[in-house]
Amino acid sequence: MAGENQTVSEYIVHHLTNHTFGKLPAGYERYDGSIVGEGGAWVMAHGGEEAAAMGFNAIHVDSMAWSIGLGILFCWLFRRMAVKATSGVPSGMLNAVEMIVGFVDNTVRDTFHGRNKLIAPLALTIFVWVFLMNLMDLIPVDLVPWLLTFVGVGYQKIVPSTDPNITMGMAVGVFILMLYYSIKVKGFGFVKELTLNPFNHWAFIPINLFMEVVGLLAKPFSLGLRLFGNMYAGEMIFILIAALFSAGLAWAVPAGLLQIGWAIFHILVITLQAFIFMVLTIVYLSMAHEDH
Amino acid sequence: MNINLTLIGQMIAFVCFVVFCMKYVWPPLLAAMQEREKKIADGLAAADRANHDLELAKEKAVERLSEAKSEAAGIIDSANKRANQIVEEAKQTAVVEADRVKASAQAEIEQETNRAREQLRAQVATLSLAGAEKVLGKSIDRNAHAELVDQLASEL
Repeated sequence: MAGENQTVSEYIVHHLTNHTFGKLPAGYERYDGSIVGEGGAWVMAHGGEEAAAMGFNAIHVDSMAWSIGLGILFCWLFRRMAVKATSGVPSGMLNAVEMIVGFVDNTVRDTFHGRNKLIAPLALTIFVWVFLMNLMDLIPVDLVPWLLTFVGVGYQKIVPSTDPNITMGMAVGVFILMLYYSIKVKGFGFVKELTLNPFNHWAFIPINLFMEVVGLLAKPFSLGLRLFGNMYAGEMIFILIAALFSAGLAWAVPAGLLQIGWAIFHILVITLQAFIFMVLTIVYLSMAHEDH
Repeated sequence: MNINLTLIGQMIAFVCFVVFCMKYVWPPLLAAMQEREKKIADGLAAADRANHDLELAKEKAVERLSEAKSEAAGIIDSANKRANQIVEEAKQTAVVEADRVKASAQAEIEQETNRAREQLRAQVATLSLAGAEKVLGKSIDRNAHAELVDQLASEL
């Protein structure tokens, strides 16, 4: 909706702003000139500046809602199929669900050699959930935000995985699991792994510790930021293509072709990113279970 | 791109969904799939076994058939042999019977001939005596010439 009174950069910024609810600090001057009173105020942010002023005490309502909504969709759909599943002949949706479950099960079996009842359901949840979140990218960028303006919602980012909070939230969850299983399985061996690798000498402990901790911390970051980066870039290109439509009728046809081409290519990207997130989770947790 | 409470919210949601999936989604789905897998494997194995059995039965049937054929051939052979034997035997008995009948007929003929010859001889003796009597004009002492007459008769 690069409207008549909106420049392209305003349009893009508008599309990249989350619908944020948070606490504005005391003394902040709001968009309408009012000053936030003593102790701050929990309000809906009006624009990116207010959202930035809220700092950590804010929540992206759109990301959260879409993410949880899609998670519930996943749970509902798979639970329904799980209830329906028998050893008889499967049909329709059950086939698709079982295909995904079988695929995830195979991947987990190939990669993870320990015995852990958590890994496979975790991998399934990640794969389907991330896929659904990425899938929102294929909905035309303006459709949902435009519809929501009619109910008074000014900002809307409907692809949760273009929000680093969402991807990092999952990555940190996986990271906590990694730490938990490392300590549970290896015990003191985990400390040894951090301090006496790769140079097995006490004098090298600080260097080892530094290298290993960096290596360890790189895992959740690579996990979360890879997904975020890919989806953010993809979304950005969709927005840019959408902005092309405002450049006049002559641009409509090439923009339309670009839109279709990029969307088709993106079908591959969203599936691949969901798969990569899942596989890396399995690999990291597998490493947490294995002694060197 | 600010990090905020959304991160915590997402983590909590993540945990909830994973726990739900682990408790209510994964086990029943996988159990159903594994059960079906087992069922299919059993079915395939049963089909294989049935196929194998069928093959065996076919082999057996062929074997039995050839056995029966050779048996039948044997029976026909022996029957033929027996028939030939019976015919042969019948022929032989017939020949023997014919010989016997012929021999007895010949013997009878010989007997008849002998008897006729004896009769003839006796009649020749009488006739020659009567002739001689006629020629000599007197009776001949039968006893005195009996030896001569007998000799004559035996020479006939």
